[in-house]
Amino acid sequence: MTTTDIPAKPARAKSPAPPRQQRGRIRREGAAWVFLSPWVLGAVVLTLLPMAVSLYLSFTDYDLFNAPRWVGLRNYVQMFTEDPRYWRSVGATLMYVVIAVPLQLALALAVALALKSMKRGKSFYRSAFYAPSLLGASMSIALVWRAVFNDGGTVDNLLSDIGIHTGGWVNKPGWALLAVALLTVWQFGAPMVIFLAGLQQIPVELYEAASVDGASRKRQFISITLPMLSPVLFFNLVLQTIQAFQVFTPAFAVSGGKGGPADSTLFYTLYLYDRGFVASHMGYASAMAWVLLLAIGAVTAVLFRTSRSWVFYANEGER
Amino acid sequence: MTTTATTVGRRSFPWRRVALHAGCLAALLVMLYPLAWLVATSLKPADEVIASLNLLPSKLEWSNYSTALDGVDDVSVGRLLSNSLLIAGGAVIGNVLSCSLAAYAFARLRFRFRGPLFAFMIATIMLPHHAVLIPQYIIFNQLGMVNTYWPLILPKFLATEAFFVFLIVQFMRGLPRELEEAARIDGCGPFRSFFLVVLPLTRPALITTAIFTFIWTWNDFFTQLIYLFSPEKFTLTLALRSFVDASSQSAFGPMFAMSVIALLPIVLFFLAFQRFLVEGMANSGVKG
Repeated sequence: MTTTDIPAKPARAKSPAPPRQQRGRIRREGAAWVFLSPWVLGAVVLTLLPMAVSLYLSFTDYDLFNAPRWVGLRNYVQMFTEDPRYWRSVGATLMYVVIAVPLQLALALAVALALKSMKRGKSFYRSAFYAPSLLGASMSIALVWRAVFNDGGTVDNLLSDIGIHTGGWVNKPGWALLAVALLTVWQFGAPMVIFLAGLQQIPVELYEAASVDGASRKRQFISITLPMLSPVLFFNLVLQTIQAFQVFTPAFAVSGGKGGPADSTLFYTLYLYDRGFVASHMGYASAMAWVLLLAIGAVTAVLFRTSRSWVFYANEGER
Repeated sequence: MTTTATTVGRRSFPWRRVALHAGCLAALLVMLYPLAWLVATSLKPADEVIASLNLLPSKLEWSNYSTALDGVDDVSVGRLLSNSLLIAGGAVIGNVLSCSLAAYAFARLRFRFRGPLFAFMIATIMLPHHAVLIPQYIIFNQLGMVNTYWPLILPKFLATEAFFVFLIVQFMRGLPRELEEAARIDGCGPFRSFFLVVLPLTRPALITTAIFTFIWTWNDFFTQLIYLFSPEKFTLTLALRSFVDASSQSAFGPMFAMSVIALLPIVLFFLAFQRFLVEGMANSGVKG
């Protein structure tokens, strides 16, 4: 560590060196743990321990005031067999994920492709399209959404003008879900920015070679752009899917915190909040949380598994 | 895409490019409509709010804003604003500090179990917050911290937001190692070379972390909804909540005036720092 031992002859470093080196390594190892200590504390106290406690609580009846009472699989049995609202929340969430995520990613990819070839204005559009990704998570925008899609709101009025009378989306089951999904689609900026960065890393020579060979633009998209972009596409798909499973604020705002109409926007997290923090069934909510954790884990695992057949990593192919 | 233009070689009018810009501008107008609607509605008199497609109000109703400034439940907007700022400010300091410490260890130092711990850290990015929510609530409840700001700020000092650790690790890996080696030869231990050499160079990633933390904390609704229940401790976001249940249309103008006030800091942050935000987002996905 200190400059004094630098002139020492390398030949001498055989026998006395190890303890000194070792001491240095231990000191450096110690330093690493000092740097890591906040993270370790957080990981243990706020992540690992809570996960274990939440698993335990899921087998209990607990209302936060009386001691947890062990009920075995009662919560899970009730959830799967006796609680129709639970299944409606599962259905609403899946429906929302299936509508919102593909639409959002398709739009993100389309806009990224459009921006890619632009010479002027690219960075302006990139920032402008990104803005909703930051604003859209706010309660302010969720309230705007409710008003714009409400009975007599802008969307309702516009649709009435062309002869479609919806009477407002917010109070019609299928339509309310769609309104929330559109708010998510509106925030396509974050995946779009990631797509665009990925597109710019595809070597131009590939396209040049392909056009010399006479490949059409469609052919180039299918044979070059999509495979080269597949890791980024996969990343966006996993991330947006996981996030979509946890959506809360817009459903809360659109339905006044109730998940209506007819439980159509009673998303999983909204029902979990309702069971745990409104009805004080902490054990039941913990069981719900663990099922969500397992479900997200399973969906991610399936995505990873299928990815082997369609995600292409350039450095693997070169070998 | 640009290559086709050169191989064709004709210098005709660039229809394609014009169409592209026209399409993008049209899309942008549709996307900005909700924001324009928000600002317009916040200035409309009560009778024009609903059933009017016209964005421009017949007269500007500034009283919406003065009503909004009075706040909700006898808590002024000034109070709500400073509560929001306190939480977001605390979160920013906590995240920047704890995440950069952890990131330095993962990016640059050697220690046992580094591989598995790094994998675990990455996995927590995907962990749904709800899986740890209830026990965390119980812990903070036992500590007597419910209805205080601690549950909202303390976790940020413990690097619980792995996304930012990952973001900073990615950035630090790009820095030349020679600088730290030079610092070591000059007699710097890991702490000094972190604070004097690495941290200043990591500034772009730290700024990105700070801005994202600010915006996400400012926008956060769920955590605040759970932990805070006295109106005088409410944030702007929580205060807007009281408009969620209210079905009375008369409060529409003030409600959206308050929404504008709540959105304003994010818009300003975005306008000032959009380069950091956009590039931070791009880097998070591409090098991963």
